[in-house]
Amino acid sequence: MADYDLPDECLYTEHDEWVRMEMDGARLVVGITDYAQQELGDIVYVELPSVAEEVRDGQPFGVIESVKAVSDLYSPATGTVVAVNEVLADRPELVNEDCYGEGWLVAIEGVDAEVLDSLMDANAYRKYVASRAE
Amino acid sequence: MSLRRTPLYDAHVALGGRMVEFAGFDMPVQYGSILEEHAAVRERVGLFDVSHMGQIHLSGPKAVEAAERLVSCPVASLRVGRVRYGLLCNEEGGVVDDVTVYRVADDALFLCVNAANIEKDYRWLVRHAPAEAGVRNRSDETGLLALQGPASGDVLAAVGAGAAAELKRFAFASLEVAGVAALVSRTGYTGSAGFEIYAEAGDCAAVFSALLDKGEALGLRPAGLGARDTLRLEAALPLYGHELDDTTSPLEAGLGRFVKREAGGFIGAEAIERRAAAPAVRQLAGFELEGRGVARAGYPILESADEGAREVGTVTSGAPSPTLGKSIGLGYVPPALAELGGSLTISIRGRGVQARVVATPFVVAGR
Repeated sequence: MADYDLPDECLYTEHDEWVRMEMDGARLVVGITDYAQQELGDIVYVELPSVAEEVRDGQPFGVIESVKAVSDLYSPATGTVVAVNEVLADRPELVNEDCYGEGWLVAIEGVDAEVLDSLMDANAYRKYVASRAE
Repeated sequence: MSLRRTPLYDAHVALGGRMVEFAGFDMPVQYGSILEEHAAVRERVGLFDVSHMGQIHLSGPKAVEAAERLVSCPVASLRVGRVRYGLLCNEEGGVVDDVTVYRVADDALFLCVNAANIEKDYRWLVRHAPAEAGVRNRSDETGLLALQGPASGDVLAAVGAGAAAELKRFAFASLEVAGVAALVSRTGYTGSAGFEIYAEAGDCAAVFSALLDKGEALGLRPAGLGARDTLRLEAALPLYGHELDDTTSPLEAGLGRFVKREAGGFIGAEAIERRAAAPAVRQLAGFELEGRGVARAGYPILESADEGAREVGTVTSGAPSPTLGKSIGLGYVPPALAELGGSLTISIRGRGVQARVVATPFVVAGR
């Protein structure tokens, strides 16, 4: 099986997104995982919510497109979008090149911390990915 | 239902190909990056396994006459060693399949057909050709590789088939490729220069591996169906099931130059003439997206960007063009909207995005 970069400081969702806490947990930064970007292949378009938009846990909040496919992006938590990565409009390939860094998607605030309990750590997510490959 | 495999299945898996279902076959959509595979074909050379495609042979004294009656392009005038593109049409003038016709001998030819249509085409040919036309489906025994891109001739030279460079476009010859008896044809489905190589299924893996091996130094990359699709779309080559189906007329699809216009010349000709005489209902148009996004097959084309604008057509194929760096597509619209420079609105998940009708092919590569 292919090897994926899954940083320990992130939490992971069943929709193949990563979540990183900033500002002592007051802000969540969200992106797609290395597994997701490899599965999708060349990213050509990213559609993100607007700043100040309310997003809901488990609901689609954007779209990511590769050459061949369109995929929904799902919010990992209920909260308010406080920043979106506008660079991706012109450079969607950053999601492939640096999915945990320059290829981040959105930042959300006002999140109920309990929702994070349902997310996976890197080990659990690695097993989750492996279980789907079978 | 289990998927069918080409003779190169193991090679694809060994190369790290991402396997997906296509027309009932388990095929590589990409080995690495589709964009890089696309660029390899435009700039150097790419190698595709298209063994899923079918080959239906006709032979005997009635073969040419039968084919003339079945395909839209002239067959009797096709010289031995030459290929023509044409359409199999139904009585209503719809397209059963789009095919290439290879004149192998005075009394023998074969049609290369789409994988999804092999059984349908075979039944159609058997039903409409006389028994003396010797219709035979050799799809399973035949492998097919497409070697496409400006360096494709150099790769063939490196495996002992340099004579392929002498072939004119739409010509073919029997040549040894890496020591294997093959039919090499100067044709393709990418819009770039290139060759298609037919070999017995059992010989295919040896040819594939020799081409990969000798081609590496020339920039060759294996390329999957993903790049094949973006390449053919840039060249505005139709894909059956998208631009063509049992209901589309070849004329609506802009394929009039592949249709013999004398009535009664082939099955469907009269219906095509009848439809041509009536005001056209729709026309295939090529467009470039002016806003952001990708116009995918099936997305509605709207009359205008206004709220509640009427749906006037449908996108049949759409993708980001790696060569142009913008989104392109094909779709059926009323003829008045198909005029060059005209404006279309594509509905992308409910959002109206402007597009401009442009000339096709979108990309003209050296051939």
